[in-house]
Amino acid sequence: MKFGVVVFPGSNCDRDMYDALKYDLKQEVVMLWHKDKELPGFTTDDCIVLPGGFSYGDYLRCGAIARFSPLMQAVIDFANKGGKVLGVCNGFQILCESGLLPGALLRNANQQFVCKNVFIKGEEGKALKIPVAHGEGRYYADKATLRQLESDNQIIYRYCDADGNITDAANPNGATDNIAGICNANRNVFGMMPHPERACSEVLGNTDGRRVFKTLLIKNLQLTAEPVLA
Amino acid sequence: MTYTVQIKVMPLKELLDPQGKAVMGGLQNLGIKNVEDVRIGKNITLQIDAASAEEAKQLAEEASKKLLANPVMEYFEVSVN
Repeated sequence: MKFGVVVFPGSNCDRDMYDALKYDLKQEVVMLWHKDKELPGFTTDDCIVLPGGFSYGDYLRCGAIARFSPLMQAVIDFANKGGKVLGVCNGFQILCESGLLPGALLRNANQQFVCKNVFIKGEEGKALKIPVAHGEGRYYADKATLRQLESDNQIIYRYCDADGNITDAANPNGATDNIAGICNANRNVFGMMPHPERACSEVLGNTDGRRVFKTLLIKNLQLTAEPVLA
Repeated sequence: MTYTVQIKVMPLKELLDPQGKAVMGGLQNLGIKNVEDVRIGKNITLQIDAASAEEAKQLAEEASKKLLANPVMEYFEVSVN
């Protein structure tokens, strides 16, 4: 299994993602250019990562233009064939705009760009400290979609406090039901607003991001190579 | 001929519009009272070469559905001048 990190004009977390996967998680990673039309050498066992940033300047809507970039057509085909895709922050927005994930990311309810550590809780049940940095991260979907996400267990992370309690106070952007990340029904496409790649290195003082990659990628994506975990 | 088409894109009525809320606070600080709500959207102008106004409108609606508006969070209205 290998990773491909897509670089769009305006991506700014692509190198962080590359470094975290390569040096902290000891995975094979290649950078991919948005103008390419194919994913050469990638099989559905591999994982394409859409990194954070401000692709195409967030013009029109976050992720709206990136969706039509040449490489995204290949990524959408890849995902529809069962290939693994992870989108973080702007990558999550692109996945929603592409229709690979349901719902949308709206402007934060508190009218602020929020850049801080938050806690999130997934199926592991333990609160993980992961940074967020976004102005448009308020997850929204209509009621029918939310019911579907809930019943299919597609909500992979919710914002919580340090003790794992899911409260309004722990919700940094007003996301519906404290939703921080979701996956598709086939469980091969994942999107989340928090940045696990910023919390994978000991020198950064936080390695909770490795738990995110471990849970998402090893368990759900059946990662073959066991990453080195502290 | 070339038609000028205006597309109004607005956040869905049931959704909170934080941008509108911030501007509403600004208006109140300015002393402009009696404003009960502010909502902010986009106005997009297209110059469309089409055989008729109806065709221009159809093209603008297609563009809006596919790219200019996201139906999950926005609605749009097209008018041909």
